[in-house]
Amino acid sequence: MNSVILQIASKYIKGLLLIFAVLALFRGHNYPGGGFIGGLMAGLALLYDSFAFQAFQVKERLGSKPERYIAGGLAAVLLSFLPSVVGGKELMTGMWISIPLPVGEPFKLGTPFLFDTGVFFIVIGVTLVFVFSLTQKDKWK
Amino acid sequence: MNALVAFPILLPFVLIIVLLIFRTVRIAGYIALAGTFLLLMLSFVLFWMVRQQGVVVLQMGGWEAPFGITLVVDYLSALMLVVAAVILLSLAVYAPRFLPGEISITRFFQLFFALAMGLNGAFITGDVFNLFVWFEVMLMSSFVLITMGRTKDQLEGGIKYLALNLVGSMFFLAGAGLLYAKTGTLNMAHLAIILRDDCQAITMNTTAILFFMAFGIKAALFPLYFWLPASYHTPNIVISSLFAGLLTKVGVYAFIRFFTLFFVQDPRFWHPLLLIIAGLTMVAGGMAAAAHYETRRILSYHIISQIGYMIMGLGIFTPLAIAGSVFFTLHNMIAKTNTFLVSGMINKARGTFELKEVGGLFRQSPLMAVLFIIPAFALAGVPPLSGFFAKFILIKAGIENGNFVITSVAVITSMLTLYSMIKIWNEAFMKVQPANEYASRSFRKPSFGEYFPSLFLGGISLLMGVFAVYLFDYTLEAANQLLNPDLYIETVWKGGTGK
Amino acid sequence: MEIVLAIVVGALYTAGVYMMLRRSIVKFIIGVILLSNATNLLVFLSSGLVPGRPAFSGAAGSSSAPAADPLPQALVLTAIVIGLGIVVFALALKYKFFEMTGTDDLDQLQKTDKR
Repeated sequence: MNSVILQIASKYIKGLLLIFAVLALFRGHNYPGGGFIGGLMAGLALLYDSFAFQAFQVKERLGSKPERYIAGGLAAVLLSFLPSVVGGKELMTGMWISIPLPVGEPFKLGTPFLFDTGVFFIVIGVTLVFVFSLTQKDKWK
Repeated sequence: MNALVAFPILLPFVLIIVLLIFRTVRIAGYIALAGTFLLLMLSFVLFWMVRQQGVVVLQMGGWEAPFGITLVVDYLSALMLVVAAVILLSLAVYAPRFLPGEISITRFFQLFFALAMGLNGAFITGDVFNLFVWFEVMLMSSFVLITMGRTKDQLEGGIKYLALNLVGSMFFLAGAGLLYAKTGTLNMAHLAIILRDDCQAITMNTTAILFFMAFGIKAALFPLYFWLPASYHTPNIVISSLFAGLLTKVGVYAFIRFFTLFFVQDPRFWHPLLLIIAGLTMVAGGMAAAAHYETRRILSYHIISQIGYMIMGLGIFTPLAIAGSVFFTLHNMIAKTNTFLVSGMINKARGTFELKEVGGLFRQSPLMAVLFIIPAFALAGVPPLSGFFAKFILIKAGIENGNFVITSVAVITSMLTLYSMIKIWNEAFMKVQPANEYASRSFRKPSFGEYFPSLFLGGISLLMGVFAVYLFDYTLEAANQLLNPDLYIETVWKGGTGK
Repeated sequence: MEIVLAIVVGALYTAGVYMMLRRSIVKFIIGVILLSNATNLLVFLSSGLVPGRPAFSGAAGSSSAPAADPLPQALVLTAIVIGLGIVVFALALKYKFFEMTGTDDLDQLQKTDKR
């Protein structure tokens, strides 16, 4: 599709969607949100972009293959298992560290967040694979 | 120590990541080889742990039994894990030498380990919904594997495979939903506690029949098997052998697990049904195998025919019969994969799978003939190979329990199996090569790496036959654990977090 | 309300099976989508409907009203994700098959069943 309105609009909407995606990722665990929803939103941003432009342009701008996102996400998920193994707990036990902030409540960072981040990147990668494989005629894999 | 239980799932997971990052084709084969070897060692360690402790449990995330996901390894799981790892190891050797150029070896091994992860997960898990997830992991990777070569046949076979397996997944999920609605739990041990003592539990038959349909489609039972012969002969032989040995057996495993652990309320309905279905599966598969003249199709129908034996043991439902079922499953996984491996070698030597077009292989490569005759006779049940003892146990159990009809069906189907194996033997190995375009191909003797996997699996078939006593002890132990699941329930339930 | 949703589940199953039995592959995929949604709704309903209640009740048993059961919701989420993946794969498969053969007719898919 070659519409100037869509292309200009996609610039802003993409940014907005990505911000909300990260917001949803950080909100997760205790409130509605999390890695999967965030990842879908981020994937949607890129999907929107590939509607406005061509899918291969988006792919070029992305710089790395979607498989890398999946690999990185899986690695993050794997990394989130490590603290529970090292700490001698059951596998996949949630472990938290508290980072005191100058103002307000301390910021709590835990393995579930790392897991969620992994899911976030996996979902982005998978969405991109979906989009690229369904829109690119010659490079079906 | 108990954290090791999760490693048959985690190890393939790590290997997928490694193969996604290092995409060089040259090292992919070595990574896969090292990975599957580690997996085998790990399975042996788990088996040893089971021998020490009886049932090994890991509660994921430290959540106690009915709330979290429980991973359980008992004798049945451990035996299945070991045999699956043996097959994966032999295929990791076989695959790089037999995959055609257009399939990327790295990509194949990524999916190979995804399949291994789903497989091991299904064997280990102690939670109904988690089992569904592992089934789906396995199915998704098998969908991609089956269409990997992207020929017309493969896409067509892929559509059929996808269609029926999807319906099976829906049945499974609906069954899990109804099970949860009625009992309020999906933990298998908890389900066993609730359902085994409940005299009202006969109303669970509606739910059980959903699971029966789901596993029946996965395991390719009689009226539900049509996806298997329509799709298994289409992909590359490496992928066919991967599926043949492993996929349907997971359905059988789920059958054995569900129908010994908690769907035991109404034996007067289930056991005759299982026996009838088992008999029909044997006969239908065996007759179709006898009618075909293409190696992969014969062997595909054979898978179906042999699934009947495994379900037969479950239908007789004595300790001996369950032990026979387990023994048969283990033997069949090894021997069935091996026949597919040899048919790949026949194809490489001649360029076709059609039996009418090939011949004279015995003269050119006696080694290949020997490699074929071991799994073929093992499947047909010739002593001293593994299949003889598997069938012997099942038939003995059938006669002792008075199930004469199914026993005679099993014996007659054995003849059909022998007939179709002798057919391959006669056509491919003994007959003179017909004068056609395949005759002029220059014959190259299989290299060591090409025949080693088959030799390895053949050796195991032989050892399983010669040392059948020891294996039988273990399978009997597995059957006792299945029929008296007190230890299973207690370890999951009261073991708490395991440590 | 549960009765209505139960009827919806049944209607979705009916429509899904009907679509799956049509000859076109696209309609088959639509049938798959309907069927998987019917199953998801069935699983969702398995804990009963508790509208307006949180999944876990708050501080120290402050309310006696039943809390919603979070497990079926988690199961449904997982099942939806799996369904999404399968539908996309089916679409890609159909696309490639159509590109290669130019047919969308399930009756043409006889080659792998014949000898």
